[in-house]
Formats: sequence, structure tokens, C-alpha cells
Amino acid sequence: MSQTFITRHPSTLWVLAFLGLFTLLVSVFSEAAGVGLVSTSFVKTLGKTLCLCLIAIAMDVVWGYCGILSLGHFAFFGIGGYAIGMWLMYARTEAIVAQSLSANIIPPTDVEISTAIGNQIFGVVGSSDFPLIWSFAHSLTLQLLMVLLIPGLLALVFGWLAFRSRVTGVYLSILTQAMTLALALYLFQNDSGLRGNNGLSGLQNIPGYEETPQAFISIAFFWASSAALALGYVLFAWVTAGKMGSVIRAIRDDEQRVRFLGYHVESYKLFVFTLTAVVSGIAGALYYPQAGIINPAEVAPIASIYLAVWVAIGGRGKLYGAVIGAVFVSLLSSYFTGGSAPDINLGFYIVKWTDWWLVLLGLSFVAVTLLFPGGIASLFDKLTRKS
Amino acid sequence: MLRALLTVLTLLCLPAAVLAQDLQSLLQEHQAQIAKPSRKKIGPALEALVASGLPQAPEFLEKWQGKELYRRTKDGLFFYAAETDAGMDLTDIDSAVITSGVDAATLKQIKPNGGVRKAISEALVQFQLSSPDLQRRQDAVDALARNLDPAQLGALETSISSETDTALKARKQQLVTYIAARFGDTPGQRIAAINSLASGISVETRAALSQILTTTTLAAQSAPDANIAGTVELPRAEAYALLVDTAGLPAPITSDDIRKSLEENVEGGKVGTVSTVSLNTDTARLVAYDLLVDAGKAPARVTEDAITTALNDWQIYHIYDEPNADITTAAKAAQDTVNTRVNVSQSADLALDAISLASIYFLAAIGLAITFGVMGVINMAHGEFIMMGAYTGYVVQQIIPNYTVSLIVALPLAFIVTFAAGVAMERLVIRWLYNRPLETLLATFGVSIALQQLAKNIFGTQARPLTSPAWLDGALVFNDVIQISYIRIAIFVLAVMFLTLLLFILKRTRLGLETRAVTQNPRMAASMGINPERIKMLTFGLGSGIAGIAGVAIGLYAKVTSEMGSDYIVQSFMTVVVGGVGNIWGTLAGASMIGTLQKGIEWLNPSNTLAAQTYMILFIILFIQFRPKGIVALKGRAAGD
Repeated sequence: MSQTFITRHPSTLWVLAFLGLFTLLVSVFSEAAGVGLVSTSFVKTLGKTLCLCLIAIAMDVVWGYCGILSLGHFAFFGIGGYAIGMWLMYARTEAIVAQSLSANIIPPTDVEISTAIGNQIFGVVGSSDFPLIWSFAHSLTLQLLMVLLIPGLLALVFGWLAFRSRVTGVYLSILTQAMTLALALYLFQNDSGLRGNNGLSGLQNIPGYEETPQAFISIAFFWASSAALALGYVLFAWVTAGKMGSVIRAIRDDEQRVRFLGYHVESYKLFVFTLTAVVSGIAGALYYPQAGIINPAEVAPIASIYLAVWVAIGGRGKLYGAVIGAVFVSLLSSYFTGGSAPDINLGFYIVKWTDWWLVLLGLSFVAVTLLFPGGIASLFDKLTRKS
Repeated sequence: MLRALLTVLTLLCLPAAVLAQDLQSLLQEHQAQIAKPSRKKIGPALEALVASGLPQAPEFLEKWQGKELYRRTKDGLFFYAAETDAGMDLTDIDSAVITSGVDAATLKQIKPNGGVRKAISEALVQFQLSSPDLQRRQDAVDALARNLDPAQLGALETSISSETDTALKARKQQLVTYIAARFGDTPGQRIAAINSLASGISVETRAALSQILTTTTLAAQSAPDANIAGTVELPRAEAYALLVDTAGLPAPITSDDIRKSLEENVEGGKVGTVSTVSLNTDTARLVAYDLLVDAGKAPARVTEDAITTALNDWQIYHIYDEPNADITTAAKAAQDTVNTRVNVSQSADLALDAISLASIYFLAAIGLAITFGVMGVINMAHGEFIMMGAYTGYVVQQIIPNYTVSLIVALPLAFIVTFAAGVAMERLVIRWLYNRPLETLLATFGVSIALQQLAKNIFGTQARPLTSPAWLDGALVFNDVIQISYIRIAIFVLAVMFLTLLLFILKRTRLGLETRAVTQNPRMAASMGINPERIKMLTFGLGSGIAGIAGVAIGLYAKVTSEMGSDYIVQSFMTVVVGGVGNIWGTLAGASMIGTLQKGIEWLNPSNTLAAQTYMILFIILFIQFRPKGIVALKGRAAGD
């Protein structure tokens, strides 16, 4: 992290500078600053996009640098979201319940409060008892710890099992996908204790800040996301640089040879896998309070594959490539599927973007894989090298 | 019983002379009872009617029961009558001649009361059970089966001997057994009937037995003088609640009751001497409540000790509603036998389910076993080929209305369509990526997104039906427990056919030989004069084509949607990986294992298919840890790596 690190990685400095400038501009023009050029909902979209960038660079490290095509990182993202969502929902419901019970002649006991909260939260799935996994939901500190611990532990255990039995390549991809599917199916159950299909909602309301307008909350989260992305970027730039970075890239290129050179390949892989999982969890914990709702469909295997799509289109093996891919594809997707894109009239057929965007995305994805394996970032590289 | 015997006797013995009698004169003989019917006196009249065996009798009974019978006041003759605009329409009972426009004042309606109507309907059942019309007999038997009535036993037994339809005869005998088991006159009779029930398995048999064995829960301080089924240990709260209900013990005061009492007694921010603000814990509330009790303002709490003592003093019994112990013992034994048989049948049924699920997984995965297993190409669009096949079937059905013909056309057509799609994809995408498996995964995933959305654009998001021909409807029923639908059998047969066909192609044909050669060593194969490009293309087409046929089969039993492929893709990959890559037998083993496992887990937790899938995937993840190469692992050089 010294002078030499920055000089060896000028791109990091560029990205940080650009990110800082972008954050500043958005803040200045936001509704919170009184200008209102950037609407609150768009600030939220941008904040969410920054979180997606964070998980995209995590994905890039694990796939582009280490060669593990994980189709499960969005599961970690979702777990992070659920972990923070549990506290948000609990604390907010607690406030509401306390308010409604304060009208009683006799002050409520702790048991009565917790029963009332349970009824509020789990009424939709026909239950009122707090499942064991909600044991820490009352405490923000503990639940924040969960954001780090649960994805980390899950990745550690899963990675240890998978890497030690030398599951590699496409097999590992399928296995991670199966893990994601198992998690999604588990969350879909009503008796999983996480409200099944309904998911957790109302997450945009931050307990203790009920009076603060969403304009300010959105800017706060935008800053937090931006800071997290900056930190994440520096962290991963540092991880992928230096000797460890070389080993990680060598594992991608020829795992067997690295093993013969005496490195403990499994440990490196496990480290990268777990670290990126934790970062994904953090990204999720920042994303869902801005999205306001999380449900099991978000965790479905398809989401993790889209993550791979972003990274591939942006450019693997370069951190800024992942950022470009995430920004480019997720913003374009929300533009085209949002219904605001104009339809194209071909005379005999009207192309509705909401219908055809996915077809185009799928095909362009094939084209990128076939024709530009380096993604958008490689175009970028060519330009800078020529100049 | 006696009446039934009498009926039989009269039916058999009375000469034809009686039969020749007409109904009106018979009615006149009993006119007093019929005109003013009462439950007690109606018996002889009904018996005479039944005994007469007149063909008009059932209709008469129905009309009588339905209050459509009238009596002409001047001569006392009976008629059926219906009100019209111009007075009444009279119908002669015997000749069915209609006289219209009769003054209603000259007639008197006959209104049998409830008891009489019941007696009439019993008499009517005897006619219906022996009616010459099979449908009416069937209906009567069905009605009887819904509501087993001991009073009908005689009629039922009588009708058995004259029953001509074998199935209905067996059914009647069955009902006689049920009635005898539940309502027989002597314990001996009942036990005999119960013992004969032990050989059954049907839901009705089980219901009959459990109706004999119904129990009441009862709390008593010493063993009650009744047919005791056993004692029960209930959870503490539940047991005490029962004591409160049945033994009149005081109800426990719940925390809710305490809160209400406290709220009722709040005066000036205080309950007695306690300030309400401090009442936010259970202990504080109890103290305040006890003060209220002392002041006589609330009922005393039932202490935990009192509950424990009460529970020690009282024992909770299940008492059979049936007083005769011999009967309940016999019924219990019969029930155990039946349950054992039901369990065995359920296992068999579960096995059938597992086989059928395994064949579905096998069908979905077998195409993949070729493209992924044999060629090592990971095709995420495999599921979309399945979907494509299913939609092909749907389109064919829109053109050819005959379901059988359309199915015969759809199967090869689906193969052709998906074969072409597979070859196209291999030529355009996959062949550029043979050395980059991870990128193949992503590129084919791109194809999969595009195809899925394309299908949505063309066919819409709602599920499309793929109707199976009539001969595939219904199920093969072994008994009330074991049954399997014909579609599932067809899918099983199809799976077996594919297995054989693929084994044949791979092991016995030139193409199979060349495929295996190219798989093992493409360069060597090329130098032996095999064109690897062509072989890879054909093999990929074959795998995709099979996915198309599988799609038609799966579409028949599930709905056709644009997302149906993605429902199967993960399971399909699991099947191939678990079974062992590069081996058709492995896929079979994988499908069998996953199918059996999923059904097994579902059986342990029947309410939750999602949980079953979750646990199954977790199991597979663990399984791969211990056998990374799958169940059937290739050895030696073929294993590659």
C-alpha cells in the first residue's frame, strides 16, 4: 500500500479518482443537496450499481484471476442482504410494536413484545415463533457480524470440501450452481424462518432514522457503497498484485504445475474464494437496504450466471473491466427492461425492447465470448496502448 | 332382519296370483294406513307392497315419499297429482291415464311424516337394489356405500342372490361385510366379518375398521369400567386442559388473564398498591395479581404444584366407543394386518414413483450425457433444447388435432428440430471453444437466455398444454395404494428405449466407434481417417435431438413453458456428474440414485418437496466429495485428465 503499490498500479488510482469525482458530482446534484437534478430513485439505482460493481470485482478476482468460475457468488450476496435485512426488519417492527403497545394500560413484558413482533413478521407464513436463525436479529452489531461470518463460513466449508477433493473447472461451476439452487430452494420454503416466498421487505426504512427523508438516506447509502467499492478495489488490487497475485494467476493458468512447484494450491484457492464471498456478502448488505426488498428469487442460480456475464462482457482479469461490465450491463438492462426505451418499428413488426432485450443480451454475450474474450476492457487497453 | 326374511319368503313363495293384483286394489286394502300414515302402523302396508312385486310399486313409493300422492275424497282412490293452471292433473296409478282440470277441493294430499318417509325409502332401496336397470342398482349401492345403514342389510343380502352383474355382486357382498362388521347382531357375526376385512387394503376397509375402533379421551382417577384402548401421556398443558374440560378442575390462569384482571383493577395509575409502570415483567405482574387475589378481586391462580398433583391423581384413558372388547381386539388385529399390508404397498408405490422420477431425470439427462459426458462440452442450453422439443410437440398438436397421430409425428419432428438446432450451435459457437470449457459454459448460457426469451416472445409466458392421447390417460391401478399413471409408464418405456438405442449406437455402430475414438484421442482418430469435425457435429446433434424427444415426453406430463428447461438443467448436470461422466450406465445410475433419493426424502417429509430438493442437492454436493468421479468412474486412459 506504499508509493510503489500505486505506481505499479496506476489504474487503481484512476479508478479511485474517477469514483471520487463521480460520488461528488452525484451528491452535489442530488435532491439531498437541494438541486434535484439526480432524482432520489436514480441515486438509489446508482448506489445499487456500485454494490453490483463490488460483487463484480469479487467475481473477477475469483474467476478472472484465480480461474474458479463460481456460479454461487450471488448466493453470498443474498445471504449478506438477508443478514442485514433481518435486523432492519426486526428493529423496525420492534419500533412499530412498541408504539402500538404503548397505548396499553399496563406496560408490555418482553415476552409480549417479542410475540407481537413475531406475529407481525411471520404472520404471512402463518407462524409467530422466532426461528433460531433470528436469535441475533435484535442486535445490529451481531447481525453485521453475520454479514461477514455466514458467507465467509459457508464459502470456507464449501470451498474446503470442493477444493480438497480436487473438483475443478466446469464441475466446480456446476457444484457451486447446485449450492446456489439449494440455498434458493431452502429460502423459498415457508418454514425456513425467512418468510419464504415473501422475503424481507421494508428494508429502505432505517430504524432510528424514521424522520430522515429518503433523499438523505439514499445519499448516505450511496456514499457507503462508493466507499465500500473503493476499499474493495484497493483490497483486491493489493491481493492480485505482488507475489500472491502471481501465484493466484498461475493457478488459473496451470494448477498442476503450481502444485508441483510446491505451493499449496488449495489454500490459495480457499483464501480467494472465502475472501470474495465475504466481500460479496458486504455488497449484498449494502445493496438490499437500497433496493428495499429481498426475496429468494434474487438468489436463484440465474443471478449468479448474470454476474459472470457482466464480468465476461466487461473483461476478465482486469478489475476495472469487471466494474465497466457491471455498470454497462446492469444500467443498460434496467434501461431496456424498464419500458422507457423506445420501440423500434420495422414496418412489419414492432420490436419491443422489454421482449427482445434478453435475446440481444444473450446473443451479444455469445459474440463477446467468441470474438472479444477480453471484453470491453480489452478495447480500452488497445486505445491506451496506442496513444 | 325378521322383516327381511319375511320379504324373501313372501317373494319366493307367494303365487303369481298375487302378482296379478293391481296396485290400486292393494292400496285400498291398506287405505287407512296409507291415507293417514304413521311410523308404527305403516309396516304391514309397506311389506305388502314389497311383497306384491308390482312394477308400479317403486314409482308409487317415490311419489308417496315426495308428497305427490293424493286421495280422491268421494271414492277414496289414490292418484298421483300435479298442480297446473287449470286445477289438478290426475294420473291413474295403474294405467297412467291422465285426467286434467280436476278441482283441487275434491282431493286430499297425503303427507307422510319424516319417520314414514324413512320407512318408505328403506322399502324403496329394496326395489332399487333389485331393479332390472343396472344403473339404478349401481346408484343404490353407491348411496348405500356412502351411508352404511344397518337397516338395509336385509335388503342388500336379499338382492345379492339375484344380482347378475359380477362386479356389482362383489361390491354388494363387500358392503354386507362392512355393515355386518359394524352393526352385526351378534359379536360372533361381527368378529367373523371383521376377520374377513383383514384381507382387504382399500380405503373403505380401513375406514370401516377405524370406525369400529373410534375412541373417546377421558380423564379418570381409577381405571373406568369400559373397554379401555389404553392410557395416554399428553404434554403437561394439554393434559391439564383436558382435566379442566372433563373433570371440572379449575382452569389455569394464563398470563393474558392476569393482564386483563390487572387492567380491570387499575385505579389512579395503581393496581392495589403497585404502580402500573413497574408491571412490565411477569414476576411483577404475578406479585400484583396475588395481591388482587388476597383482596378477593380475582380468582386464585392454579399453582404449578396443584397441576402436578392433579396430573398425578388423574390418568387419561382412551376408551373404545365399542363396549365389546372381543370385537375391538379383533378389529385392532385386523387393522394391524391391513396396515402392514398398506405399508408394504406404500413402499412398492414409492418404488414405482422413484423409478418414474428416475426415468424423467434420465430422459432429461441422457442427451447431456452424450454432449457433456462423452464430448466434454458443457451445454447450458440443453434445457432449452428440451423446451424446444416440447414446443414442437405443442405446435404439431395445433396442426394435427388427433392426439395419437400428432404424437407420432411430434416425436421424430422434435428430434429433427433439435438435431438441427444442436448442429447449428455446434458449428456456430461450440467448435470455436473446444479448448476453453468454461467459456463454452458461458456462451451456451448466452444461447440459453436468448432461446428462452425467444420462446417467451413467440408463445407467451403462460403454460401451453401438450395433451396426451386418450390411451395414455388414467392410471394402472394395482390396489387403492399402488397405482401409476400410464404417462409415467410411457416415459419409463421411452427411457429404456433410449438407453438401449444409445448403447447400441455407441457400442455397435460405425458412428459410435468413431465417436469414442474422437473422444479418446481426436488426433489419433483423425490420422486413422476419421473426420473429427464431422463426428463432433453429429454427436452433438444426436445429444440435442434426444433432448428434443425428452422434451415431448416431459411436456406430456408437465406443462410446456419457456422455463421448463431451466427446471431440469441443474438436476440433469447433477445426474451426469453423480453418475460418472463419459458413461451411459453412469447416467442411469445417477438418475436412479437421484430419483430414489428425492422420493425417499419426500416420503420422510411429505409436505415439503422444496425441502426434499434442498437436502438432495446438499447430499449430492457431499457425495461428490467422496466420489468426485461419480458412481461409475472410468479407469485408465479413457479417464483422460
